[in-house]
Amino acid sequence: MAEYRLEMENVSKSFPGVKALDGVHLKVRPGTVHALMGENGAGKSTLMKCLFGIYKMDTGSIKIDGVPTMIENPDDALHKGLAMVHQELQPIPERSIAENMYLGRYPLKKVGPFAMVDHKTMNEEAEKWLKDVKMDFDPKAKLGTLSIGQMQSVEIAKAVSQSAQIVILDEPTSSLTDNEVEALFRIIRDLKSRGVAMIYISHKMAEIRQIADDITIMRDGTYVGSWEVKDISDDEIVRQMVGRELTNVYPPKEDSRTDEVVLEVKDLCSIIPRSFQHCSFKLRKGEILGFGGLVGAQRTEIMEAIFGMRGIASGEVLVKGRPVRIKRPKDAIAHGIGMITEDRRGTGILGCLSIADNVSISSLNQYLDAGVKLDHKRIEELVQENVGKLSIKTPSSKTLIQSLSGGNQQKVIIARWLANNPDVLIMDEPTRGIDVGAKYEIYQIMIDLVRQGKSIIMISSEMPELLGMSHRVVVMCNGHVTGELEGDEATQERVMYYATQFEEQGGNEHE
Amino acid sequence: MSKKMDWKQFLINYGIICVLGVLVIITGIFRPKFFSVPNFRSIALNVAPRFIIAVGVSGCLITKGTDLSAGRMVGLAACISGTLLQKADYSGRFELTKNLPTFGVWWVVVVLLIAMLVCAIFGLINGLVISYLNVPAFIGTLGMQLIVYGICLVYTDATPIGGYRNDYTYVATGSLLRIPILFWIALVVGIIMWFLYNNTPHGKYMYAIGGNEQAAEVSGVNVKWTKIRIYVMATLAYALAGFLLGAKAGGTSVNMGQGYELEAIAACTIGGVSVNGGVGKVSGVLIGVLVFELLKSAMQFLGMETNLQYIVQGFVIIISIAVDIRKYIAKK
Repeated sequence: MAEYRLEMENVSKSFPGVKALDGVHLKVRPGTVHALMGENGAGKSTLMKCLFGIYKMDTGSIKIDGVPTMIENPDDALHKGLAMVHQELQPIPERSIAENMYLGRYPLKKVGPFAMVDHKTMNEEAEKWLKDVKMDFDPKAKLGTLSIGQMQSVEIAKAVSQSAQIVILDEPTSSLTDNEVEALFRIIRDLKSRGVAMIYISHKMAEIRQIADDITIMRDGTYVGSWEVKDISDDEIVRQMVGRELTNVYPPKEDSRTDEVVLEVKDLCSIIPRSFQHCSFKLRKGEILGFGGLVGAQRTEIMEAIFGMRGIASGEVLVKGRPVRIKRPKDAIAHGIGMITEDRRGTGILGCLSIADNVSISSLNQYLDAGVKLDHKRIEELVQENVGKLSIKTPSSKTLIQSLSGGNQQKVIIARWLANNPDVLIMDEPTRGIDVGAKYEIYQIMIDLVRQGKSIIMISSEMPELLGMSHRVVVMCNGHVTGELEGDEATQERVMYYATQFEEQGGNEHE
Repeated sequence: MSKKMDWKQFLINYGIICVLGVLVIITGIFRPKFFSVPNFRSIALNVAPRFIIAVGVSGCLITKGTDLSAGRMVGLAACISGTLLQKADYSGRFELTKNLPTFGVWWVVVVLLIAMLVCAIFGLINGLVISYLNVPAFIGTLGMQLIVYGICLVYTDATPIGGYRNDYTYVATGSLLRIPILFWIALVVGIIMWFLYNNTPHGKYMYAIGGNEQAAEVSGVNVKWTKIRIYVMATLAYALAGFLLGAKAGGTSVNMGQGYELEAIAACTIGGVSVNGGVGKVSGVLIGVLVFELLKSAMQFLGMETNLQYIVQGFVIIISIAVDIRKYIAKK
């Protein structure tokens, strides 16, 4: 038997304008769990998609059991013994467990000239495989009746039934309870004993210690190194994940902060138990408050809740010291809060409308003649002023927003909020998918805003941006505020440390 | 190359209208009477109420909704108006209202307002169901279609209504400055809707919701309330159209308005209101209705069998929506 069940060597992958992977290696021994770690955007998922044939690698090779292999597409991957248990499962909850396991490969029987699904065989087989991973479900039950953890176990049973020798587990525990995690680990250990190789993507240090044998760390699409888990300390892992030079692409930060608190959040809890819970923080006038954390830390969720887009179970939001009830974005805007959402296409741009309409939509009520008719002249002035101020590159204000580049679209959305003149602007990943030049312009706009006495909350998953722009950084992990760092004490290592405090998730007494 | 692309784009945008234009011209050549003042007058009189209905539905379509209750709402308004505006000496007066005293001319206006108010209640229910219960507009208004029809049946007991007062029928037959009153009314409705769509926040919100409902909500647009307004205003338009159609026909029955919602939706689509939402103009709706009525008239003049005409209309609807979707795909 070959030393490695899976060898990926020198894998590179470029997308237009970005090098997502650059010479990455991954070697997984049979019967082991291999942890794959890295920050958000380090390229872990891209690497797995290359392995699974979803993306085509530009360069690099894959060997399975020492034999060079090409993987054309996910179907091909399944035939070659790979299986992926996805971060977000995509099952069909209204169909039975067995049907989900055999989706697309139903056992058939001949009835006259017709091939029909052989339900009996399918259910028997499914039950056998479920028993095999020590699960005792009725294969005829609807998948939707199971918990997410149980669904994941079904996914694993499915992988086993396909006699997968390499199983990818992409953040499998992110939505599991402790008991479910234990159950999952039992199955993983069982698979290990059968020689199955597993790639385990997770940010949770304790889990890695518990279940993984080897670890490979990636950073910014490059290969950092591989270790045996017992040979590397937690601190060392964090250092290897973040260890990059901070390049100076940020406008100089000046201390525009005052002592006045414009927004205060007290003990805010989501109506969803697994979302943010017991979160408190304060935003001062003239401050850029950064929110750091891993994907899934519930930063977006808490901001959307403050803005009235999500439900709040308990807790208080105070604007300039006064408690407010915000039930929908309209209320938040009335209290002087603006929000640039993370999903520009989904909740930002009004695609088939003009730039002028996109800029003015939030402030139309301020531009009425005799209380009824829109004052097109003043609206056009407003639009022109902002298009100029933000140097939005467009032939005319009548141009449809969907024909602009991502950076210019983002600037139009910013213009929408400038037109509305909020005191607090929440910016969720303000520079995602934007080229470097436009990024710098957006940073400059942010600095200008706080200089004018506005306050900004910025969620960013890009560590350099978070540290480069924020006066203060609040770090969240798993729905809780786990740390708060003043600008000069915020380092990549410390943010990462607080961002991975999964063990403390139960407590309420955070700083 | 770019010339070729322009042609393609032109055909996608105006292809249906061109084809129908050619049909109209051909009809005119073979049946010279098609191009006559009486025929155009008759077409114009047909266009007026249908335009009012279509412009009502257009708001629903622009916000990615629809209103299938439009036709039945027209019928209900026609029945309400008819039962309240019969001649005092008409022998077959409607049971419930036969003892109503004969009011002056002002009563005609009051009856119109009553019809509008009743329909507006159903429009309000449509709006509430769609925005607060999140029922898809297609289903919600389909249910309302049956409800309104049922109510109309209960109210009239399916008896035909006729014998209208002269001042009521005059609304449809009379002229002002030699132009039919019907035409003036449609013009006023068109101008009001145009103003609403282009010069008020309501109009901008409507397009924003159609363009991206979530983004509109995040931008502070009161999406639910805007939708409710749209559905209520739509029913006001249907009520007016029902009132006018009753006057025009000089009588009505529960079947008045049946299927008009589909004609209206088809006309909107032909006139460039996108079923994907966010796009549509009042002038486009007018063109759509005009083209559709010209098509119907041309088929009549060509002596096509009525049954066949339905088949042709069906094809026109499918093709125009297929072309509309192409526009959307082309933009991606």
